Amino acid sequence: MKAGVAAALAGALGPALLDGEAVAPRSVEEMAGAAALATEQGWQWKLSGRGTWVTDDPPADLELSTRRLTRVLSIAPADLVATVESGVTIAELGAALRPHRLWWPVDPPGRGERTVGSVVATATAGPLRHGYGPVRDQFLGCTVVVPDGRVVETGGRVVKNVAGFDLPKLHAGGFGAFGVIARLHLRLRAVPESDTTLLAEGDRPRLLAAADAARDSGVGLCALELLSPAAAGTSEWCLAARLAGTRTGTEGEAARLRVATGIAWHTLGHDHAMSFRDILATTAESGSSTFRLGCLTGDIATTLGLLEATAGAGATFAGMGTGQLRWSGDVAPAQLIALRRELAAREVPLTIERAPWALLRAAGHFGSLRNGVGPILARLRSLFDPAGSIVVALEGNHG
Amino acid sequence: MTTSPTPALTADLLGALSRLVGSRWVRHRPAELATYAADGLPTHESRPGLVVLPGSRSEVAAVLSLLAERHVPFVPRGAGTGLSGGALAGGDAVLLTLTRLNRILRIDPASRRAVVEPGVINAHLSQAVARFGLQYVPDPSSQTACTIGGNVAENAGGPHCLKYGVTTNHITALEVILPDGSTATLGSPQGEPWGPDLVGLFLGSEGMFGVAVEITVRLEPTPRDIRTLFAEFTQLRAASSAVSAIIASGIVPAALEMMDQSCLEAVEASIYATGARTDAAAVLLVELDGAPEAVAAEAAVVEPLLRANGARSVTVATSEPDRARLWLGRKKAFGALGRLAPDLAVQDAVVPRSALPDLLDQIAAVRDRLGIRISNVFHAGDGNLHPCISFDRRDPRQAAAVVTANREIMEACLAAGGSITGEHGVGSDKREYMPRAFQPAALDLMCEVRRVFDPDGRANPGKVFPANVCREWRRGDRQ
Ligand SMILES: Cc1cc2nc3c(=O)[nH]c(=O)nc-3n(C[C@H](O)[C@H](O)[C@H](O)COP(=O)(O)OP(=O)(O)OC[C@H]3O[C@@H](n4cnc5c(N)ncnc54)[C@H](O)[C@@H]3O)c2cc1C
Repeated sequence: MKAGVAAALAGALGPALLDGEAVAPRSVEEMAGAAALATEQGWQWKLSGRGTWVTDDPPADLELSTRRLTRVLSIAPADLVATVESGVTIAELGAALRPHRLWWPVDPPGRGERTVGSVVATATAGPLRHGYGPVRDQFLGCTVVVPDGRVVETGGRVVKNVAGFDLPKLHAGGFGAFGVIARLHLRLRAVPESDTTLLAEGDRPRLLAAADAARDSGVGLCALELLSPAAAGTSEWCLAARLAGTRTGTEGEAARLRVATGIAWHTLGHDHAMSFRDILATTAESGSSTFRLGCLTGDIATTLGLLEATAGAGATFAGMGTGQLRWSGDVAPAQLIALRRELAAREVPLTIERAPWALLRAAGHFGSLRNGVGPILARLRSLFDPAGSIVVALEGNHG
Repeated sequence: MTTSPTPALTADLLGALSRLVGSRWVRHRPAELATYAADGLPTHESRPGLVVLPGSRSEVAAVLSLLAERHVPFVPRGAGTGLSGGALAGGDAVLLTLTRLNRILRIDPASRRAVVEPGVINAHLSQAVARFGLQYVPDPSSQTACTIGGNVAENAGGPHCLKYGVTTNHITALEVILPDGSTATLGSPQGEPWGPDLVGLFLGSEGMFGVAVEITVRLEPTPRDIRTLFAEFTQLRAASSAVSAIIASGIVPAALEMMDQSCLEAVEASIYATGARTDAAAVLLVELDGAPEAVAAEAAVVEPLLRANGARSVTVATSEPDRARLWLGRKKAFGALGRLAPDLAVQDAVVPRSALPDLLDQIAAVRDRLGIRISNVFHAGDGNLHPCISFDRRDPRQAAAVVTANREIMEACLAAGGSITGEHGVGSDKREYMPRAFQPAALDLMCEVRRVFDPDGRANPGKVFPANVCREWRRGDRQ
């Protein structure tokens, strides 16, 4: 951070804006004011939530944080919609929804202190993506502060909506490059009567075959995740299945899963299931970097092999129904760039979710862009952030 | 040649286009152009300057490059079933009809993907993948006619989108020809984007970002078990409450559709009559699918909920012919309604689900005040209303009443926190409501995002936004 910049901003807009070193507005309007002034002054900022998911600091003049945008503004149980500020954490959101028997079916990597805004901005879906879809499907609209201070409301708060262009899609997985997500209308679900997690351990090929069998049999699951020992905190690979629905329904599906896969599953009790999820959340933060990639389900086995050969040992999470693979560990820029190129040749995109600045600067959140995408991306960036106020490495120098 | 194209489009352009695609695929005679003057929306007409029907994606690219060179606007068109006047072109524009690009290029059953050209008809895709035990889920009621390209551009929905999502949830990659003739590859076979989610951004862009020429879709296994419940209600409000109760229970039916009495009467008076009683105020169709145990367990919750909320009868069907019989009225509702009067305006709007009962009351009040016939047949589970107004456009009084009714219904939906369109798009029809639905900053930004893809504004010009809204997205133009 550049000395004096945050203080100068606080001098102009009020000392209460500061929270430690960071500029942490307490309302959307304050956020807009801070962004406008910083842009006007030519100061570059890095955007943060509670700071639990990023590894180190990109060079910026100041840190602009959503950590004090923490209000749950409304919960409409009959409409299954909640409106929250983006600094609300996953844990706080869960606690606010629980009395209404509602939940937000997103189980991102990282601890419960991650903010809803950061989960959306990085589009870091977890295993539940299998049953409920990617992050972009879990919110209906958002309010965004663009760098010059304009506040733009995009989307809406109804589940079906094609009025105008679908701008919220740009912010889900945009890594904050198109403005600060300040408020969100979240799409909720009713808590299912039954929510069961089953676990099987064994060698990787066997579990891969079991996962294929589960998928082909059409068992209704809300998650089916293959986990490396480092990811599951076990000595062997693990296959985790989660079922949600009516009690009889999930019991029936669990029985079908056992028959279809022919492997030994054990059902986790409630407490065990919770602590298992905590383990996954933590191992997903192991090492300094996390990236995800998307391959067709038929290519998961070979992609896992490639991942192991190139990135090396790390915590590996593979969504067996979605083809979304996540890897956390330590990886050098050259290795990662080589892996991305190799994957690109197979039509598999690799997105860096978190990494030290040196890696991000070299490789970028995105790289190996397809035909025609680079110019579109550049034009979008200069439309939303013409002054380059937001420090974000969408594309790396060598990616 | 007995006639020449509209003055704005020269004979020279006609010749150049003919050289690119073959003269039989360029239409310019008034009688030919007249067949393209409307889509499914009865209230708007506009005759294109020329119609060109390219036969391949390279021809699409060549045509767009030529039009870019000559600064000629164009309008993509699929089957022309759109209900918002989106595929209408003015006399200065070329209508680019994509129905010849109708090949299913690849089906990958193992990975549950198919790659199609934009002119493939929605229902043909599901038919083609059925033998693998797969389906393409989004099922607009127009599915035997509309194209996947049109579905992409409108982000179309359908009855089964409640559980499985609308078109945007089923497209993983797009090959797009931009208005300057260049190509962009958006998304990936699996769906993870290379960069921001440009597939998501393109979906629902109503032909204003470019032309989708190759579309990768996600396929889903056909459900193992399906159960359809048909519930009759003597009160419209009771049917709406039943919808809310089902949603609140946590069960997500595959489909949750409503028809009101006016719609029932139209169906029963038509060749699609199912023998249902027409004294019900409303009927609900609830479809549950999945594993047999799960479906049975959900039905055991849903049926009592329907009765507790006032259903006077619930018919349950599990066999394919019985289910088809229960669905017949719903599937043919628009056809049946079309017989009530010379014209049918199918409206489209969304409200939060809790507002459904009040909204239906407000629509009834509009109907009574204006003395017009409005029938409701809609996707109740996601609050997506389709008030259908039967009228005769030759009668100025009736035509004016339709305009008034539409405006009042849109305003009521917006006041309830809803949207002016859930699946049919804005097109030419709803431009004037956009400033009521969005603040100026959001409208300006949408216009600018469009310019990212189409700097000259030549792709489907004049749609979605009223003429005066697209101000420059300038710095310092803050509100
Ligand atoms: C009886 C009836 C029932 C209907 N039911 C439903 C329903 O249940 N759900 C629903 O969502 N809709 C419904 N519709 C509306 C309509 O069928 C859909 O909007 C459909 O997606 C339009 O497809 P089309 O091929 O006819 O497109 P068109 O009407 O030809 O075009 C629609 C829009 O798409 C653009 N476009 C077309 N192809 C491309 C392309 N390849 N690239 C870029 N832009 C393109 C056009 O410019 C235009 O803006 C119904 C219509 C009718 C007549």
